Amino acid sequence: MANILEVKNLSIDFKTYAGDVHAIRDVSFELKKGETLAIVGESGSGKSVTVRSIMGLLASNAQVKGGTVKYHGDDLLKKPEKEMNQIRGNEISMIFQDPMTSLDPTMPIGKQVAEPLLIHKAMNKEDAMKRALTVLDLVGIPNAKERMKDYPHQFSGGQRQRIVIAIAIVDYPQVLIADEPTTALDVTVQAQIIDLMKELQRKIETSIIFITHDLGVVAGIADRVAVMYAGKIIEYGLVDEIFYQPKHPYTWGLLNSMPTLDTAGKLEAIPGTPPDLLDPPKGDAFAPRNPYALQIDTEEMPPFFEVSKTHYAATWLLHPDAPQVEPPAAIKTLMAKYDEVAPQKVGQTDGKG
Amino acid sequence: MEKDKPKVLVSVKHLKQYFNPGKKSEVKAIDDISFEIYEGETFGLVGESGSGKSTTGRSIIRLYNPTSGEILFDGQDISKIKNHSRQMKEFRKEIQMIFQDPYASLNPRMKVKDIIAEGLHIHKLVKTEAECDARVNELLDLVGLNKDHATRYPHEFSGGQRQRIGIARALAVKPKFIIADEPISALDVSIQAQVVNLLKDIQAQQNLTYLFIAHDLSMVKYISDRIAVMHNGQIMELASADDIYDRPLHPYTQSLLSAVPQPDPKLERKQRRVAYDASIEANNEGRQLREVAPAHFVYATEAEVPGYQAALAKMTQATTIAQ
Repeated sequence: MANILEVKNLSIDFKTYAGDVHAIRDVSFELKKGETLAIVGESGSGKSVTVRSIMGLLASNAQVKGGTVKYHGDDLLKKPEKEMNQIRGNEISMIFQDPMTSLDPTMPIGKQVAEPLLIHKAMNKEDAMKRALTVLDLVGIPNAKERMKDYPHQFSGGQRQRIVIAIAIVDYPQVLIADEPTTALDVTVQAQIIDLMKELQRKIETSIIFITHDLGVVAGIADRVAVMYAGKIIEYGLVDEIFYQPKHPYTWGLLNSMPTLDTAGKLEAIPGTPPDLLDPPKGDAFAPRNPYALQIDTEEMPPFFEVSKTHYAATWLLHPDAPQVEPPAAIKTLMAKYDEVAPQKVGQTDGKG
Repeated sequence: MEKDKPKVLVSVKHLKQYFNPGKKSEVKAIDDISFEIYEGETFGLVGESGSGKSTTGRSIIRLYNPTSGEILFDGQDISKIKNHSRQMKEFRKEIQMIFQDPYASLNPRMKVKDIIAEGLHIHKLVKTEAECDARVNELLDLVGLNKDHATRYPHEFSGGQRQRIGIARALAVKPKFIIADEPISALDVSIQAQVVNLLKDIQAQQNLTYLFIAHDLSMVKYISDRIAVMHNGQIMELASADDIYDRPLHPYTQSLLSAVPQPDPKLERKQRRVAYDASIEANNEGRQLREVAPAHFVYATEAEVPGYQAALAKMTQATTIAQ
């Protein structure tokens, strides 16, 4: 499948009073047409900064130290602001976390949804409003026609997030970036929004980058997953590979520290806290919290080792000379499930139900 | 002979909490709920935003004045104690609260040791400064911080550490009962497990009783002994954690559980969401929490009980066969 977006060797620093924070450290990934890529990580791992750099929405104290963000072959980081304005909200759109603050409280929602069309497509007002209505129907706002003139405060949290999604997709973007779109919502509403995004993806054939810290949500929506830690991607692969064949101890820790509905006994917490990115550790940034850390982890950054054609992990444990380690029991249970899942997944990267 | 019944620590009877009562803007945040919390257990309260779960916690600790009903704590009705009375002060020593947002719930101008020691001074639990410092250090140690942290300010700590400070503050006055209102939802996944384990360890050490309020159903199941599911100011179902998750009876509980995302792609592909049809609540005549099986309560009319019992029998049978 063709890559619609390619991020290569991206490095971003933030200038602060305390010094330069190395927020993104050599991040590379690609987004294929029609797929959903989930980026998972804790706060401060750099997932939001990564996608904001794609949108050209970095804070003023951010400095791109190196790398490229290629969209259809053009480097977005080098585009002048004027050209970015043509792409942003048109070909690449974004859904933000908090539906309470990402809508204009003083503008009726119909007008807000139609706004990108007036700006990007130079559509006349009547057509734009018609299209806005279609999209509001599509995202499931009841009585959309009557409610076009209503203001955001007249809608519930879930409905507001639907309106935010309507604004993002009204131009039928090629790439949709969703930054924790369901974190502020109740589980039942979250389930509806995720189903909606899957359905929209089929209808308008967009590619989605979905940022979240919730592995349950990832399991339900992603085709591929990238796990970030301390400004780096440390493991990426197909969703089944990440959940049933995880290789990086941080991925193990993450999967292990979430209770499922079957968890009994003690939760396996990851000890310690993420490193300070003002002065990132020399080797593997996870080493100080990693019970499986080797001597070399504190000295040299691990490269990516190939697990399969689609699955890579940056851990020295995969080096041929590394000692064999036993993953935690819960991870072994997950691994046992892979064999049942594997056959039906061969050669299938966009397995949507 | 009846087997030993656990001691009831908190008993809520027909509690109603209305806001703006009698006015047009009246909100029935809690509308006649009753439940008991046993000594030493963790009682989980789950529900969506607006279901009344936080209000329940806040009414029990008397941040609100209940509209009607009784709240018995250790046998004493605390729903009518006057604010600022000596009784209230006594009572507040017994119950402490851990709040959701570790950024907003610590005074940024106070040092950690003053935050933790505030309750000690108010309740005159320490006589000398040295005694106070010793107690603060003991508490910091208990929650996994060290005594160097005592002289720092909250902004110097991460979210997980701040929540530990909040826990130390709650424990300072040696309460019997702790209300934890979404204590981990503002924390990162890898830190959540640390804080939950800490809460469990302390509970085992000090025989504490928890009311654990949360919307993360997997975490609630993990930490709770019994769970009440709330919706629109009512308890829809109340049972042991296993019963709620393995044998949910009320359609609302079933719907809520079906929406919980599981960190397992295979399960997620099979998962079918069940929408909740609120129309079954349309006829609310005689609907109350009824015991359909031992210690398993469902919000139902008398006529509906046999139906729930049949459903439960079917579920039990299915799990027996599966095993």
